[in-house]
Amino acid sequence: MARYVVSQLGRFLLLMVAVAVVTFALVSLSPVDPLQANVGQAALMSMSEEKRAALAAYWGADTPMLERFLAWAGDLLHGDLGMSLRYNAPVAEVIASRAANSLALMGVAWVASGVLGFVLGVAAALREGRLLDRFVRGYCFVLAASPTFWVGLLLLIVFSVWLGWFPLGFSVPVGVAAADVTFADALHHMALPAITLSVVGVANVALHTRAKAIDVLNSDYVRFARARGLTRREALIRHGLRNLALPAITLQFSQIAEIFGGSVLVEEVFSYPGLGQAAVTAGLGGDVALLAGIALVSAALVFAGNLAANLIYGLVDPRMRPVRRQKEVADD
Amino acid sequence: MEEKPAVAHEAVDHGAQPVHHHHSHAATSRHGHGHHLLTVEDLSVSFLMYDEEAAAMRAQGDSRADRGRLGRYLHAPQREVEVIRSLSLSVHEGEIVAVVGASGSGKTLLADAVLGLFEPNALVRGRIWFDGRPMDAAALAAERGRGIALVPQSVASLDPLMRVGRQVEGMPRGRGAARRADAGRRRARRRELFARYGLAEEVARLYPHELSGGMARRVLLCCALMDAPKLIIADEPTPGLDLPLAQAALADFRAFADDGGGVMLITHDIELALTVADRVAVFRDGTVVEETSVAAFASPDTLAHPFTRQLWHALPEHGFVVTTEGSPLC
Repeated sequence: MARYVVSQLGRFLLLMVAVAVVTFALVSLSPVDPLQANVGQAALMSMSEEKRAALAAYWGADTPMLERFLAWAGDLLHGDLGMSLRYNAPVAEVIASRAANSLALMGVAWVASGVLGFVLGVAAALREGRLLDRFVRGYCFVLAASPTFWVGLLLLIVFSVWLGWFPLGFSVPVGVAAADVTFADALHHMALPAITLSVVGVANVALHTRAKAIDVLNSDYVRFARARGLTRREALIRHGLRNLALPAITLQFSQIAEIFGGSVLVEEVFSYPGLGQAAVTAGLGGDVALLAGIALVSAALVFAGNLAANLIYGLVDPRMRPVRRQKEVADD
Repeated sequence: MEEKPAVAHEAVDHGAQPVHHHHSHAATSRHGHGHHLLTVEDLSVSFLMYDEEAAAMRAQGDSRADRGRLGRYLHAPQREVEVIRSLSLSVHEGEIVAVVGASGSGKTLLADAVLGLFEPNALVRGRIWFDGRPMDAAALAAERGRGIALVPQSVASLDPLMRVGRQVEGMPRGRGAARRADAGRRRARRRELFARYGLAEEVARLYPHELSGGMARRVLLCCALMDAPKLIIADEPTPGLDLPLAQAALADFRAFADDGGGVMLITHDIELALTVADRVAVFRDGTVVEETSVAAFASPDTLAHPFTRQLWHALPEHGFVVTTEGSPLC
């Protein structure tokens, strides 16, 4: 057990280092001029040569990349993620305030797409080739082929512009003091982006679950269960669901990365102040510290998802547990 | 099927009158209550498949397979492929009938048909009687696991994620108290079977992948025997087992038959079949070409069908002779 913890911890640290190095290198190599990005084009033009040089020296723009990286990484080890240029606040604070919005949004979409996708996939598999299956497949193919942002725009047009059921954007009503924002308000604002993410995520989960459920229905053990008098439905409930749980867990936790990626687009479309939107702002604005911070947080999230999947495997599947019984029961 | 009174028929001496009902009988063959335990007559199983030839013809502009402008887009041409044709077979009480045929020749489809397990695109025709009753699909489904039980080939037929004990016990029926009572009855029956076949009680707590070959074989047999069936269909129960284990498996089937049950032993191994079976049904090209007693295999002269005689010559003790057209089994 101790060995497992240490090895997982080692992997996690390696991943963090790799993500930090790659993000830092990519942003440093990007053609975005840090001076121009920070003070703005007009201000930079009107500045004197000396002032520019002084600013460059102040921000350390000419410091070699390695040195900058080491300085940043050293601070990181002390828990200091640096200052965000764009938001003019410590990166940790920016991430914390936005993560709350994003996690709520992604959590709802994650659970909804997982549950709905699983149910639709199993139902379609049970009725393979029939009307329900065709309908589910049709829905999934159309949505799997639609870009997330486009689905978001469509929903906005229909439900916000035409029907007026949902607000056009943001996470809280415009012109209301933060203290007066109710939970219902927040929920109302989150609904449409969450639905967009779920509706698109369902397609992926349902198609995978359907394929897997058909495999299970054609398996030797379901055939034998049916030969023993169970109906297809009974066999699927008694034996199928356990065996489907494993791929479903893998899928569900790998879906975290998908949902995270989708949330970047959805948050842009709905002007929803979450991590995804901050990442876009940071990337376009040359905000290295914030971008690196968000990259680290999202990598940690995805890593946690995969780790959770691995741990749950052991609970569900006895074949993935350490060998113990074979020795206890003497053979024959 | 029987014109004669049942009692009179039961008294038929199979030694003196070995051939009736279109097949030869063995000394152990009994017409309990005047009928066969299982009778299959004129069974054919075919599948609807997409017809690639017709599709190609159509693509070349041949209008013979055409259904009109709209139909062309909505219907792919299909044809019926017959996998089992006019197959007849009987199993008596107290005997093992070995259905011997090459691997992949469709023997398992015969098992599926008798169990009433059909693929959605299968067309099944023919007549099946079980224990004197004519059966339709619903009646066969009702007998699955109760009157007729399957012994599958390997541990792959067990759910890898469920403990062996629960799987042998099967799904309890009923609701509430009745369900609990049924679960208790099943547990008791499972204990009894485990004790009879020398499986320790701890085996019930194992998962399928933790079973040894010998344990797996007995567990699968216990599954089949849970509801005290009259007929066992054993689908290739011996491959993968070493010789002593295979012999133990066959001995268990023999004991079941000797207690008055019937066994349909589906196998590709004619040598093994001849050691344990009472009668052999030779399966080829989707049908049973000859159904005869094991005793008839003593000499090629007592075998009626040329293919059966080829099989006889191909047996090791007759010198592996492979004659003329058609390949022998395996």
